[in-house]
Amino acid sequence: MPRELWKGNEAIAEASVRAGLDAYFGYPITPQTEILEYLSKRMPELGRAFVQAESELGAINMVYGAACAGVRVMSTSSSPGVSLMMEGLSYIQGTEVPAVLVNVMRGGPGLGNIAPSQADYNQAVHGGGHGDYHNIVLAPASVQEAIDLTVMSFDLAEKYRTICMVILDGSVGQMMEPAKMPEMRPMQRANWDWATDGRMGKRPRRILSSIYLDPIEEEKLNLRLLSRWKTIQRDEVRYKEYFLDDAEFVIVGFGTAGRVALSAVRQARAKGIKVGLLRPITVSPFPFEAIEQLVGRVSGFLVTEMNSGQMLEDVRLAVKGRVPVEFYGRMGGVVPFTEEILHEIERIASSKLSVDVDPREAWLERMAQAV
Amino acid sequence: MQKEIIIAGFGGQGVLFGGQVLAYAAMDAGKEVTWIPSYGPEMRGGTANCTVVIADDEIGSPLVKNPPLAIALNLPSFDKYEEVLAPGGTLIVNQSMVDRGAKRDDIHVIFVPCNEIAEEIGDKKLLNMVAVGALLTVLNDITLKDVEKALEGHLPARHKHLLPKNFEALKRGFEAAQKMPA
Amino acid sequence: MVATNANNLVYERPEGFTDTPTHYCPGCTHGVAHRLIAEVLEEMDLIDRTIGVAPVGCSVFAYNYFDTDFVEAPHGRAPAMATGIKRVLPDRIVFTYQGDGDLASIGMGEIVHAAARGENLTVIFINNANYGMTGGQMAPTTLPGMKTTSSPNGRDVETQGFPIRMAEMLSTLDGVGYCVRRSLHDPKNIRLAKKAIRTAFETQARGLGFSMVELLSTCPTNWGMTPVDSLKFVEQHMVPAFPLGDYKVAAGVAQIKI
Repeated sequence: MPRELWKGNEAIAEASVRAGLDAYFGYPITPQTEILEYLSKRMPELGRAFVQAESELGAINMVYGAACAGVRVMSTSSSPGVSLMMEGLSYIQGTEVPAVLVNVMRGGPGLGNIAPSQADYNQAVHGGGHGDYHNIVLAPASVQEAIDLTVMSFDLAEKYRTICMVILDGSVGQMMEPAKMPEMRPMQRANWDWATDGRMGKRPRRILSSIYLDPIEEEKLNLRLLSRWKTIQRDEVRYKEYFLDDAEFVIVGFGTAGRVALSAVRQARAKGIKVGLLRPITVSPFPFEAIEQLVGRVSGFLVTEMNSGQMLEDVRLAVKGRVPVEFYGRMGGVVPFTEEILHEIERIASSKLSVDVDPREAWLERMAQAV
Repeated sequence: MQKEIIIAGFGGQGVLFGGQVLAYAAMDAGKEVTWIPSYGPEMRGGTANCTVVIADDEIGSPLVKNPPLAIALNLPSFDKYEEVLAPGGTLIVNQSMVDRGAKRDDIHVIFVPCNEIAEEIGDKKLLNMVAVGALLTVLNDITLKDVEKALEGHLPARHKHLLPKNFEALKRGFEAAQKMPA
Repeated sequence: MVATNANNLVYERPEGFTDTPTHYCPGCTHGVAHRLIAEVLEEMDLIDRTIGVAPVGCSVFAYNYFDTDFVEAPHGRAPAMATGIKRVLPDRIVFTYQGDGDLASIGMGEIVHAAARGENLTVIFINNANYGMTGGQMAPTTLPGMKTTSSPNGRDVETQGFPIRMAEMLSTLDGVGYCVRRSLHDPKNIRLAKKAIRTAFETQARGLGFSMVELLSTCPTNWGMTPVDSLKFVEQHMVPAFPLGDYKVAAGVAQIKI
């Protein structure tokens, strides 16, 4: 297939169709509405299910129903809408059915704005809904990655009977880049042995529920989810490395913050600073092992995010205080420019770092001075 | 090689499409390219704009603080981007919409009367193509031919009859910029 | 003692039921409503291709009693979940079973829009004027002046609002094919209720749009009444407040002969 210029949101929509999306349920919200609009035309023309729901609450529960019926199903939204879906996410995880949810993140909290943000990392990675569960969370940084990870999200969701989220900031959704679409997969419904799709004369009845009234049984569910999560942590970690071979210190950033960091790393390299970049593609499971391996040979880390340091905590958990971890973030929908991150790299390269400094406190002090 | 271009103007001046044409041409020429519309920090300032980054390798930031190349289709955009353009950079200004000369002397400012040229061709909406044509005089990696092919290849079928006038607008913009003293 | 045989058998478990004793309180009419659904599904030979959606409320375990596939929805979301199932499996029969807190309070958005879209679903709506499972709190359907654990001095309409009449309300929507209210307080009304449930499933089977049967029901435990008194309460107090009748019978549905 030749490369075509795709807008991120529309690319996600078409990629999901080609991956065999059987049903889509959504609700309009900026900056992801193009996905809903695209699928409102594409799905019916292919004879597949599309419903514009009455709310995100309605949408996620339609997803829940279709997931129980055993079909490939997706919803997409943006931050405030995803908050409204948290109830459904918890139920879907508690019922162990597969579903895909895309969050094109915008500035928050509250109504916030429509500018690009990464402030929903914690919601996606560390919970959001009630109860003890983990989502697989993929974080594309480009339109091509958005396509590839959308396709992958369905396979991962089904393989582990879990929710696979794709989180991208609004700029990836709005951006156009050349990208290759995968071939259209033939539509063939899987014949899952758990789906509530009607007995149809073949089998005893099935029940799908997230109720385990007996705490011992609920604990068994929790253990089952945890054991599955351990497998995911072992087998599904993905990340991309840049200039790590001789790096003296390393930036960790995902999505757009990661690709802005790439520009800064290149400029720093041109100035002779040996800095590398680790860009997590799965932010959940988080690449703890990759960071563990770097700890022994680098003098420190710089975490860059478009939030107040949410992934920072995971990096610190991996580093365990053995080398300094620094932080640079922009919030509220502000995308950092390359120069800002380059400035941080130069600062780190020319100063002596300490493991005793709280990276967030130090960052806030620098921010206060800059203003 | 990496080039960053910002195209700015009022809504309705074809800012976004002007950028997309460059993005298509870059893609067809086998390059990496990003196109991103007014969004995030660039939303401020009262202008619509898009940023196009063209490179040989994987592109990092799709946004740029101090672009080496820019097109300003109106006065607010001229004011804004003259200020932030990288030293040594080139700014194409739609002379039809501004009433002043350049303030900086460390950048190249090329004035092209885009509206008048477009009206002469017979479609005032083509002012964006006139400006893109002018930009090609300094964007060495993309040729006039590349952009023409991009238009031919990617313009929706219902707009194909507009191709000759688009080509003419590109050419006229290119020629007008060439006549400007460097 | 007379042995049971085909000649003297007057009552047996319908095929649509599993062999599971229900958890409902003595005298509660949930059991009656369940049985009517199971009988209708058996009579229409639909058990095999039916998927039920259970609510949150007393009937949260409805899925234990029907011999069909079943899912369990979050509180109020059954119509959305049912929409998701029916849209991908349009040849199956999908029904929700919901109480008044579930359907008329927290799930108001989902039920109204499922009806407005004309989702080809059947909704069995149990109206017993209170939240049963959580111990008898005020529901949107609680009668004015009625005492509940969260309206201890009786529902004061000045501060707590008025009961919602769901059958009337949904009947205004064009997507609705069949929308009626029946009661379960005596054998005659139970027979009429069964006929309505049959009509509702026939509506779905023929693709004639959204169908709902509201059933006035008892809650002897939380009402603090004997089962017999609670049946009388339905007749004397609930029927006047929630009049029985056919609120919407679309032209196509009116032609169904049962």
